Formats: sequence, C-alpha cells, structure tokens
Amino acid sequence: MKKTMYEKIWDSHLVAEVAGQAPLLYVDRHLMHEVTSPQAFEGLRLSKRKVRNPHSILATMDHCVPTKNRDLPIADPIAKKQIETMADNCHENGLNLYDMKNPNNGVIHIVVPEHGFVHPGMVVVCGDSHTATHGAFGALAFGIGTSEVEHVMATQTLPQQKSKTMLIQIDGELSKYASAKDIALAITGKIGTAGGNGHVIEYAGNAISKLSMEGRMTLCNMAIEAGARAGLVAPDEKTYTYLKGREFAPSGDNWDKALAYWKSLPSDEGAVFDTIVTLNAADIEPQVTWGTSPEQVTGITSIVPAPEDFDDEIKKEACANALNYMGLTAHTKITDIPVDLIFIGSCTNGRIEDFRIAAEVTKGTKVADKVTAIAVPGSYHVKKQAEDEGLDKIFIDAGWEWREPGCSMCLAMNGDELTVGQRSASTSNRNFEGRQGKGGRTHLVSPAMAAAAASAGHFVDIRKL
Amino acid sequence: MQAYKKHESIAALMKRSNVDTDQIIPKQFLKKVERTGFGKHLFHDWRFNDDGSDNAEFELNKPAFKDAHILVAGDNFGCGSSREHAPWAIADYGFNTIISTSYADIFYNNCFKNSILPIIATKEQLASLMDEIAANEGVKFIVDLENQTLTTPAGNGFKFEVDPVRKNNMLKGLDDIGLTLQHIDLIDQYEAKHKQTYPWLWV
Repeated sequence: MKKTMYEKIWDSHLVAEVAGQAPLLYVDRHLMHEVTSPQAFEGLRLSKRKVRNPHSILATMDHCVPTKNRDLPIADPIAKKQIETMADNCHENGLNLYDMKNPNNGVIHIVVPEHGFVHPGMVVVCGDSHTATHGAFGALAFGIGTSEVEHVMATQTLPQQKSKTMLIQIDGELSKYASAKDIALAITGKIGTAGGNGHVIEYAGNAISKLSMEGRMTLCNMAIEAGARAGLVAPDEKTYTYLKGREFAPSGDNWDKALAYWKSLPSDEGAVFDTIVTLNAADIEPQVTWGTSPEQVTGITSIVPAPEDFDDEIKKEACANALNYMGLTAHTKITDIPVDLIFIGSCTNGRIEDFRIAAEVTKGTKVADKVTAIAVPGSYHVKKQAEDEGLDKIFIDAGWEWREPGCSMCLAMNGDELTVGQRSASTSNRNFEGRQGKGGRTHLVSPAMAAAAASAGHFVDIRKL
Repeated sequence: MQAYKKHESIAALMKRSNVDTDQIIPKQFLKKVERTGFGKHLFHDWRFNDDGSDNAEFELNKPAFKDAHILVAGDNFGCGSSREHAPWAIADYGFNTIISTSYADIFYNNCFKNSILPIIATKEQLASLMDEIAANEGVKFIVDLENQTLTTPAGNGFKFEVDPVRKNNMLKGLDDIGLTLQHIDLIDQYEAKHKQTYPWLWV
C-alpha cells in the first residue's frame, strides 16, 4: 500500500494495539520547559514511578526567564519557584537541562534543532503546542498536556488516535520579502484556525523545497495555528546538511544507516491524503493579522474588513469583537495602522535567518518616535552568531534593544509585555486577546515586516522599500 | 481520576467561537507548580474588572449560571496552547461537561485526563441548545455518558458520539498510565527491537 510520511512514522512507532485501548505509540524524544512539567514530575513522585529513558529528554528554561538583567535574581517569586523546581526535577532524574546560565540556553524549539536532537522519522513530544516546529525535519512532533508528559516519562509511550492527513501543496515563486511566516499566515487565513483539526499536515511543492530549514521550522511551528496536530516537511539534502556534525546527530556508520532510513520517509508517489489544499506562492503577499485570531489576517495591500464582509454569523460577530478589542475601524488600510512596539523573536521567528533579514531592512534606519523595538534572539547561540555577524550593532544603532534569549513577549510570562491599548507588530504566533499583556493589541507579521514597521511607525509594504 | 457517569445540571451559555486557552487561563497564572486552585482564575480577563470585582457583562457571572456544571460554547473551543492548566481551571471551577461543535485536538485530549466530557454537537444541535438556554436561563440538562445521551426539557437533546476506549476509562475513572503499564512487556519488546533498527537513537 502506498503510504504518506505520517503513516510511515505512525506504523514504525506502533508498540501495540490492544483490544479496548487506544493504540500505543512509542516516543523517541521528549522536550521540556518549566511551565508544563512540574505537575508531571509531582505525579511521578506521588505514584513512585521513574523516568524510563532519561536520555530521551532535553530540557530548557524559556517561558519565565528575564531577557535583561539576567544576572539578578528573578523578581517574581512564583516564577522563581517554577524555575528552581525545574532545576530540581531535572537534577533528581538525571536529565539534560540547559538552565538560564547555560551557554546552550534558549527557547526549547530553537535549542533542540541547534543541537541536532531531533531527526527525521522520530516521534517527538513536548508539553507545548509549538512542538509542531520539528516537523520541519520530517519528524512527527506534537504538543501534549501535562498528564501526557507524565505518561511519556513513565512509559515512553502515548495512547494515540490516528490523525487524518492533509496535503498542503504550494508551488511557485514567493515574492521578495515574502517568507515562510507569510505562507503560514496565509494558510491559516485560508483554512481557518480549526481547518486542520484532527489532521497532520504535510507541506509539499517547490515553494516548500526552496525554503531553508529555518523557514520550514517557521512554517511547521504554525501548523498548530491552523488547528493541526502536527506539520511535516519531507527530509531532503537541506535537512541532511543541516543535521550533519551537530552534537546529537548520528555519526560514522550510524550516519549512513540513518541516512538510508531518512531517505525512505517521504510520502510514496500516489499516497492518498484525506484533504488537499493548494496555494500559489506568487499570490502570497506579506501578511498582517488585524484581529484576535491568527485566521483574521490579510495582505499588506489590503484593508481591515468590516463585520458585514463575512457571510457567516459567527465570523461577523468575531470580526466585530476583534475590531472593538483591537481599536480598529473597518476598511482602514493596513498600511495606515500605527504601531507602538516591535517584537522580533519567539520559537516562530527567533532564528539567525530572521535576524539577518530584519537587520537587512533595519540597516541605516532609526526606530520611529514613540516606538519601542526589541530584538530577542531565540537562544544564546543565535545571539552569538548574530553578534559575530555584527547584526546586534545594526539593531542597536537604529535604536532597538538587543536582549537575552527567551520566549519573552510571545506570551509575556517573564515581565516583557504590552500595556493596555499598546499595539505591537510581533513575529510571534498568536494574536489572542491579552496574550502579550492584558488589553495589548497584537499584529502578527514576518521579521522583515516588523523591522520595516519599526522605522516607519506603521505597517509598510516592504516590497516597495 | 474521578469517574464520570450521569449528571443533571444547569447549562451555562458562552456564545463565542474560537475560545482560546489564553482566555480560559491567562499566562500570568501558569507559574504555579501545583495542579490545583486554577478555578478562581478561569476566564480571568473576561470575568473580572480591573479592580478585581466581577464583570457583570461576562456571561458566566450571570446569577442564573452560578451553579452550572455544563458549558455550552461556540466552535473550536480550546484552541491555542497545550496548557493543561485550561482543563484544570475548567474542572476546578466546577464544569464537568462542555458542548461545542469542535475542539482543538490537544485540549480535547486533555479534557479526558481530567474527567471533563467534551460533547460534540452538530451546528444545528448547538444552535438549538443555545436558543433553549437563552430562552430559559438556568435550564438544566441531563448528560448520561453510559447511554451517550443529552436530554433537555425542550427536547433538544441528542445521542452523542464518544470514542469507546475513552468512554470506558472515564466511566470507570481509570488511570491511563496504569493501563499502559499493564503492557510493559510489549513496550520492552518494542524498545529492544527499536534499538536494533535505529541504533543511532541510542548513542
């Protein structure tokens, strides 16, 4: 039978199908951060169970860590306790932890690929919905809840229901400055935040092959924003080149064995998908969200819609609510929306490529009056690489703040947040009400678009710069 | 886990779609290392005014919905992050049943781990339930998991689908980890074979 990549990975990880129970799937890699793990460790302790495979786990601290004055104690006592609990739990169970002071520290979904910890064909989980990121390597990677974190620690398996498959085929040439982020937002706009529910997405087509590994990570990262359990891109030469020589990548004979296996993973010609969606890359403009859901998005040359522009009653109401929360008037040009704060970073867009393109746009400009712009590298390695290339100077000269790594303003748990009514251009992944701070207004964009908005003080069509 | 069987309760109406986990439990409450006590923060930003008083405009603050254990909400409930703090908050607040047309996958899984039954209704069924509550706030519905039925006074009830494995676990309050560990031999066998086939994963 012809199989999709998802079906191949599923079949090779099926431990057992016992009557009356859900299929048990084996888990190769388990990623962790401080927010969704403490209650799982507590559960293990209470039931006197042990971590089955400590080597399968890589842990970091990212959500609550400060991005400045890192040498000072964490001011928030509850966050401090969470960070300390993480360190204690990892120590007690012999787990590999990149703590706040470790030179390998950073956002979990940035750090893991940097060290080659995820390979094609693996099953990867984390108590974090953006685990989908690692699908860029052709690994089945998905977010789980804390009860499941405990389950994986104790058993190295998860009871799972098989997902449906969705092929998103994107061919053609992206315009200059349109990026993987714009593809991800355009997909969410097209199929909606529930469009991928119950599915694993495979992204294919020549526009996907042309993306760098960083771009593929950005794309798969936002599979969850379209409701999908996971996103996948077939491994190819770019994948192998990226992995080769990294700390946890196979080497010697094992490299050859692994490579032969990886090459068997792409979906078979003629494999059947439950749902197929197609987009033309050339049609994808730089995207800007205008509402409070990632599906409320449009192109930079467009306008903010009005409730009556939607046929569906619920969408009409959602539009009215979003305009009210966002403080926007229907039919305003996107390029007329002013911004107060720019955030470049997060597991979506905190990689070296993101800072390179943002620096290219920023070079020789100044941050507009009354605008604050912060650049938060996804990891210490990204930070160092950027500094080695002199990118930090470009940002600092233009009036940006150059910070320490962390999740920062993506979800505003660490003190970096918007104030009521403040409006951001953000390279993160969710524009939900209050996500970046209560009353804060988030517009999701690519790094290049964020950088351009910083100097203009409003959104601009970067293709015209 | 607590067993879930049959409940009769007031059904609260939340006529919003795409209710995300950041609304269910905002990020400032995710720093705790315990599993309990999240109910008081459920829907915090909608539920409370800046001075901490109840926001009278927020639907769940209506006196008629005060003792509701059933939550009726719009499409794609629970989208966004994987935080299990969301179902912890929902359960701790007092809800044991949600009725919507669809749920985000991770949230849906998380509900079953916390004795919350997420019932899937068709668009038409949901609309009828919403109309019934709107016309008679404080109305009580009956949910019977064994027979997979929802019953309402105005006759808008229906038979709902639920995965038989999940249903069984929920009816008996079974612990998933305990169930999996019954098959530890199968896991050991699989793992031994996995090590041989993919040796590079074990270096």
